[in-house]
Amino acid sequence: MAKLNINGRVRVVQVEPDTPLLWVIREHVGLTGTKYGCGIAQCGACSVHINGEVARSCSIQVGDVKARDKIVTIEGLSATSSHPVQKAWAAIDVPQCGYCQSGQIMAAAALLKKTPKPTDKDIDEAMTNICRCGTYQRIRTAVHMAAGMGNVGKSADHATTKSKV
Amino acid sequence: MTKKNSSAKVSSLGATEVSRRSFVVGSAAAGGGLALGFHLPLGGSAQAQSAAAGVEVNAWVVIKPDDTCVIRIARTEMGQGTRTGLAQLVAEELQCDWKKVSTDSITPGQNLARKRVWGEMGTGGSRGIRTSQDYVRRGGAAARMMLLQAAADQWKVPVEELTVADGVITHAASKHSTSYGKVAAAAAKLTPPDPKSIKLRDPKDWNIAGKPMKRLDTADKLNGSKIYAIDLKLPGMLCAAIKDCPVFGGKVKSYDEAKIAGRPGVRGVVRVKDSAVAVVADTWWRAKSALEAMPIEWDEGPNAIQSNTTIAEHLRDGFAAAANNGSRANGDAVKAIAEAAKKVEAVYTTPFLAHATMEPMNCTAKISADRAEAWVPSQNAEASLAALSEASGLPLAKCEVYRTDPGGGFGRRGGTQDYVHQAAAIAKNFPDVPVKLIWSREEDMTHDFYRPISQCELSAGLDESGNLVGLHARISGQSINAFLNPALISGGTDMRQLQGYDVKPGEAQLGYGAPNMLIEYVMRNTHVPVGPWRGVNTNQNAVYMECFMDEVAHAAGKDPVEFRHSLMGNYPGHRACLDAVAEKADWGKPLPAGVHRGIAQFHGYATYSAAVAEVSVSDDGKVKVHRMVLGVNCGHAVNPDQIAAQIEGSVAFGLTAALYGEMTVKNGRMAETNFDTYHIMRLAEMPKVETLIMQTHDFWGGIGEPTICVVAPAVLNAIYAATGKPVRSLPLKNVKLV
Repeated sequence: MAKLNINGRVRVVQVEPDTPLLWVIREHVGLTGTKYGCGIAQCGACSVHINGEVARSCSIQVGDVKARDKIVTIEGLSATSSHPVQKAWAAIDVPQCGYCQSGQIMAAAALLKKTPKPTDKDIDEAMTNICRCGTYQRIRTAVHMAAGMGNVGKSADHATTKSKV
Repeated sequence: MTKKNSSAKVSSLGATEVSRRSFVVGSAAAGGGLALGFHLPLGGSAQAQSAAAGVEVNAWVVIKPDDTCVIRIARTEMGQGTRTGLAQLVAEELQCDWKKVSTDSITPGQNLARKRVWGEMGTGGSRGIRTSQDYVRRGGAAARMMLLQAAADQWKVPVEELTVADGVITHAASKHSTSYGKVAAAAAKLTPPDPKSIKLRDPKDWNIAGKPMKRLDTADKLNGSKIYAIDLKLPGMLCAAIKDCPVFGGKVKSYDEAKIAGRPGVRGVVRVKDSAVAVVADTWWRAKSALEAMPIEWDEGPNAIQSNTTIAEHLRDGFAAAANNGSRANGDAVKAIAEAAKKVEAVYTTPFLAHATMEPMNCTAKISADRAEAWVPSQNAEASLAALSEASGLPLAKCEVYRTDPGGGFGRRGGTQDYVHQAAAIAKNFPDVPVKLIWSREEDMTHDFYRPISQCELSAGLDESGNLVGLHARISGQSINAFLNPALISGGTDMRQLQGYDVKPGEAQLGYGAPNMLIEYVMRNTHVPVGPWRGVNTNQNAVYMECFMDEVAHAAGKDPVEFRHSLMGNYPGHRACLDAVAEKADWGKPLPAGVHRGIAQFHGYATYSAAVAEVSVSDDGKVKVHRMVLGVNCGHAVNPDQIAAQIEGSVAFGLTAALYGEMTVKNGRMAETNFDTYHIMRLAEMPKVETLIMQTHDFWGGIGEPTICVVAPAVLNAIYAATGKPVRSLPLKNVKLV
């Protein structure tokens, strides 16, 4: 059994403690926006925020997550796709197939929370998720655009108070 | 929210089921049907059923009372933007309000039931738009004509006096005005016009097509609500994990089911055909971890001795073969080169590559006594339906496939519906229960249909003035057709592997001429499964031709562009694209110290492509690609912003292959199993990409694939310019550059 705080809501799940957080989120909690890509923390499709830091949930065992840890998934980033990163992503038409984009958006949101006006180098270092469609150029443009919108420091976990998840 | 979300999605998939039934009813009532603008006279009950969903004016266009135009899409959207592009083409002819356009994906069962009124669903070969543009535009135009006629009939005025803009029909003289939503029901009862009589709108007058419209399918990719097949939740669903024999062609010898008995959630173990074992559980993670814990013994078979070394020897042997498996020839290239003042010779090699779509292979299947259903991220839903029928043993009419947008396709999810076969085989053991089969990344990477491996031996002869007198290329490598479509090989000839070297214009023509030329293919198959990989054989063939072209230009003492010009007299289309890109990229102008340019051009999927790369090579041999300029002439540019997106993406795809891409055979199996060993380029390595879109409006070219093939040769040629040493084998990670 595990007690998790996901998107501002406490969830109790009956699950083996060595289950990766990713699969608990997807299969037990039922939030499927967080994606499986590699299972070895390489691709970043499973990125979520834990206490405001981006984390690759495929390689974190649920037994190592504490009840007080605040987990935010893509569904909890904002209630109405209104986070500056989501708005910039829409404005630039970043996604192609879209599969990796939950993870990309979570990585970008975490970057901007820490570094509201990132340089290209900051973006290079923080945005290490794989996109097989190759949307990297637009991701870079959209991160800069989101930074220009301001309000990027807004805590993702605050946004979830409005979430219906 | 999630629960609501998923059930909403499921019920929407269920809703297509309802509409399918009404289609079948309507289709039967309509009799033979028409090739286009399929007129569906709805009976009373069907009409009532579809009232909320809107009125079907014809197969392509459904109009709701609030003027929303639902445009039906038959091709698969897997990121390449085809959904939006096709909708633009229909909307252009329909002259509806673009802000009120939505789309709906048809199912293969619906298509079958209506005698394929929506044409081909398979989405590969960059065909999504170019081979459906004509009939989808005619569908949009036919709907417009019927809607206008309905208004004219209502007002009793000649239809010629009506004008339409944004779905609002106006009769200026009488000041009558109405909207599509109001006349759709009347329009649907009219006889559709003869498709041949329809005059399509001149691209010069386009106001929806040809414009950089935002994609119609972005919103749910931003908040996690888009349901990919891997996300599907159905009542009572079980999940399966699978392991196929790591050595291609091997078999399962035995497995010890008892070792995982009593593990949480596990419902059973299924042997799938000869070569695979699956564990079924209540969640995928439980299925996967149980599968990992279950001892399996393999009969690896004779292929276990194969390796990259044995395969390379097998391919090299092709260079000495007496006969070829397809060629183009003019003059006597071998003699001309032997007698030439100067000779250039080289052997190039390219490796196996995996597709590595971000969404791993998966399929959910539910098999009952008289019904089979599958939810598939498919590039070819009709092939999925056929696979489901075959695997379930039920006739096509008792099968249906619900297609979800794949999380990447790149050719992996086309004709080879192996995962559908597997899912159906597993689900048969759990009647009436949906079973979701998901491949682990390791399974996905080690059981692909890989880009075929090949080598190419090239030689060229120059006269004393540096003119090319003879060119000979011999490719020795694996054949996709031999593995997937042997019927396409006739009399041992397989021209598919010479893609991009066609004599004839149109699809994939070589843009060079020489007085003596011989290009040939020698088939050397291996035990490794192969298939189409985004860009297919243009990728390897462009590397061979375009890199060697730079070697020959160098030997002739000529600038690469100038040298190419001397061979392009009969190929103005290729040359125009090359020159436009060279100009945009400042070819010939000074560069910062240490930065070098390379250029390449090729023709594939009916589109002309060219690229210039600006590259530096550090003292320790590290490559940095700073800027790439790519240009296409695709004939008609339906959505310039999405074309730019495809070109940008093609740089990442092509560069990943050039820098890192390699699947290595060791002991008969693939050595690379995940992204830690099969490296994919990240954002930090992405060069600045500039795109140039040309359209001559005299043909329709593809966009999803053509530009990938010019990326690697442009970069390799820039490296050659930087180091003075040609790079003849990929990937670059294995090449010592300085």
